[in-house]
Amino acid sequence: MNKALYELTIHEALAGMRAGDFTAVDLTQSLIERIAQVDGHVKAYLTLTAEQALAQAEAADARRAAGEDAPLLGIPLAIKDVLCTAGVRTTCGSRILENFVPPYTATAVQRLASAGIVMLGKTNTDEFAMGSSTENSGYFTTHNPWDLDRVPGGSSGGSGAAVAAQVALAALGTDTGGSVRLPASYCGVVGLKPSYGRVSRYGLIAYGSSLDQVGVLAKDVRDAALILTVMAGHDAHDSTSMPAPVPDYRQALTGDVRRLRVGLPQEYFIAGVQPEVEAAVRAAIDTLARLGAEIVPISLPNTDKALPVYYLVATAEASANLARFDGVRYGFSAGAESILENYRASRGQGFGAEVKRRIMLGAYALSAGYYDAYYLKAQQVRTLIKQDFERAFAQVDVIASPVAPTTAFRIGEKADDPLAMYLSDVFTITLNLAGMCGISVPCGFDDAGLPIGLQLMGPHLGEETVLRAAHAYEQATAWHTHWAQPIVGEA
Amino acid sequence: MHLTIDEVRHVAELAKLRLSEAELALYAEQLSAILEYAASLQQVDTSHVAPTPYVLPLVNVMAVDAPAPSLDNDTALRNAPDQAEGFFRVRAVFEE
Repeated sequence: MNKALYELTIHEALAGMRAGDFTAVDLTQSLIERIAQVDGHVKAYLTLTAEQALAQAEAADARRAAGEDAPLLGIPLAIKDVLCTAGVRTTCGSRILENFVPPYTATAVQRLASAGIVMLGKTNTDEFAMGSSTENSGYFTTHNPWDLDRVPGGSSGGSGAAVAAQVALAALGTDTGGSVRLPASYCGVVGLKPSYGRVSRYGLIAYGSSLDQVGVLAKDVRDAALILTVMAGHDAHDSTSMPAPVPDYRQALTGDVRRLRVGLPQEYFIAGVQPEVEAAVRAAIDTLARLGAEIVPISLPNTDKALPVYYLVATAEASANLARFDGVRYGFSAGAESILENYRASRGQGFGAEVKRRIMLGAYALSAGYYDAYYLKAQQVRTLIKQDFERAFAQVDVIASPVAPTTAFRIGEKADDPLAMYLSDVFTITLNLAGMCGISVPCGFDDAGLPIGLQLMGPHLGEETVLRAAHAYEQATAWHTHWAQPIVGEA
Repeated sequence: MHLTIDEVRHVAELAKLRLSEAELALYAEQLSAILEYAASLQQVDTSHVAPTPYVLPLVNVMAVDAPAPSLDNDTALRNAPDQAEGFFRVRAVFEE
């Protein structure tokens, strides 16, 4: 094997450590060196925990030397900075939480820790996961490893860029309206958004509680399946986590998609989609057909209503969730003279522009006189969107579409036009509204050499089918073997 | 649908956000544009459609009523901007 250790997939790294070819410390050191070489340019990490990572790697090696093993023993991963990590600063990409050190760890992260991971650090995100480009981070913008002048997508842009730049073997993200799938697509990696309730949200600092879900950004589908297997399942700390059994998702990766019914929704192949994106996605669907899948034209007629529904439902939930940042128990406090003035000043100064915009929109949609017209109406149309999917999944096993209308756009291109930015999510938010699962898999490059993602969507708890289809496609193509060559050296 | 500066100021007060005059003007423009876009929902007939606030079939999820350790006082206060005698310290609430 001529790969550097940082270039390995999780499965390759586990095989190497189990065979005694190298240690978790070797692997972790390789990644720390890679971070020093590359991350000054990409800026995927908000917080590095290199010392702690080496200590965890040593502990993993000691366990292995004692004859122990665990599903992710010694695997260096990155965690999106909206997931609480006990003793490690968790900012949500916001200045209001600049010095927040959580007293407890999110369940999803805790399960990975119990399975033996090494945490390299916390990745950059749009502030409170609100954005499609990572430009809304209160700290700095992350750069796309394929073209440093472009965004990595958002809001899990740090995690997407970290996997693409190979400064982590995989990373956790969160997906409220596409925030795992969009950066996966823009960065040319795999991005899995599990069904609502599949992974505990305990310790995920809430944005839109009926939509948020923890997901995975990984180098290939098998790695994503392994991480989901480790972190999924019921959690007594989250009453919205499903008490459903968790299979070993890797067993679903049979490579067999014969007679799999793949739906093609006409509403996702519309004017405004970049021609290279449409061509690559259609070619991917042809590949699935060649592998024996049956392609079925379908309709999801309420698709064009999803964006306004999302921006009313998500912002209403956000305005309630973010009320907790009041300068009393944690976070920035302006130290104003009265308690009411301190609420206003701490929040006014602590939150960035997009977060304030969404709190305002949500508060308006929930306010007296507008609740029925906006919030209730949006929830009713949400029912229609969900019913579209339920009807479709009576006919097909998975639905295929582009992840986004375009490839990664330039940094700054949409920064002053919130509506244009919101349109990046037009093909991903529908799944969150319906609570279903989906994945982004690399399916080609545009003329500028930027990655394109194929979205495969499945019904609630349909992860095995989605992973099986994604894996079969991935293994039939070579897109997942292409890697970005970001600038190496001092920034 | 165009929000006035005063309407935006009212919403900012509901949300307990102190905004500058420039922010109020900007949000009046941007929120108006977003709400105009959202107005397309009004054309959808939802007269017989129940709302979906939540997608799961789980209702009335009960937790086992068993004592378990919780955060100790010091840990719970570790991120407090201000504290005194084991409590979060705030400005007086009834002396506006």
